[in-house]
Amino acid sequence: MMRTRFAALGTGVLFGVGLTVSEMVQPLKVVGFLDVAGAWDPTLALVMGGALAVTALAFPLILRRGRPLWADAFSLPTRQDLDARLVAGAALFGIGWGLAGYCPGPALAPLALGASGAWIFTAAMVAGMLLHRLVFEGRAESARG
Amino acid sequence: MEVVVFTPLAAIVGGVLIGIASSLLLLASGRIAGISGILGSALRPLCPDRVWRLLFLIGLPLGALAASAILGRGPAPRMAASAPVLVLAGLLVGFGTQLGSGCTSGHGVCGLARRSKRSLVATLTFMLTGAVTVFVVRHLLGSASS
Repeated sequence: MMRTRFAALGTGVLFGVGLTVSEMVQPLKVVGFLDVAGAWDPTLALVMGGALAVTALAFPLILRRGRPLWADAFSLPTRQDLDARLVAGAALFGIGWGLAGYCPGPALAPLALGASGAWIFTAAMVAGMLLHRLVFEGRAESARG
Repeated sequence: MEVVVFTPLAAIVGGVLIGIASSLLLLASGRIAGISGILGSALRPLCPDRVWRLLFLIGLPLGALAASAILGRGPAPRMAASAPVLVLAGLLVGFGTQLGSGCTSGHGVCGLARRSKRSLVATLTFMLTGAVTVFVVRHLLGSASS
């Protein structure tokens, strides 16, 4: 229990360092990536590419172990089917992402950097998550991020 | 028109750090480092494992603060939108990530690494609607804030 909490804090810190080093805490860099018809900024593609290069290699090796180091089992999403909610949810998320240049990680990371926009966005994002629960109350939801 | 300052090395190094963090969380705790899922579940009244979720989420600004101090980054990040637009965008991102079971990290970084078909469809979808949104805001409405 203590060890998984340590792992959570440590990996959260490292994730936050990565978001800052790669400048993903700058909304204009994100909007610049999505602006394919303007002065395109490829930064986000390299960030995702760098992250995926590691996870695509490491995940299969880690999952081959059968169980994680400090927990009884892997907690992985099990759904395989494509449904309307997946596509509709991703579509709505993309619209918000394009409007603000924030997705959840890059919104939370700069909260201590004096970014007032990140606070406004994060408060609204939490409200949006609670609104989703209100609308789909009582339904089984797969938790994932 | 803003000038694009493109720093490929910092982008790749930062991305690799994100990939390492996601891999270590999976290795140590067996968890997917999906920010919207970690936050969304932590907000549930009856969340049985809230503590590690909150610790991970608190780690994000701590890491950003440390990196910012070490790298000597100056001013706070500039906003890309006005406050009312940020509110609308936040609502859409919060609602959308819960409905679509993930965001850039969970679907884009972790899900694609697991070769999940759902994550591939979700990632292509939010990239497309994000790009269309920016096109409409910047080029059709012409209200570019930068």
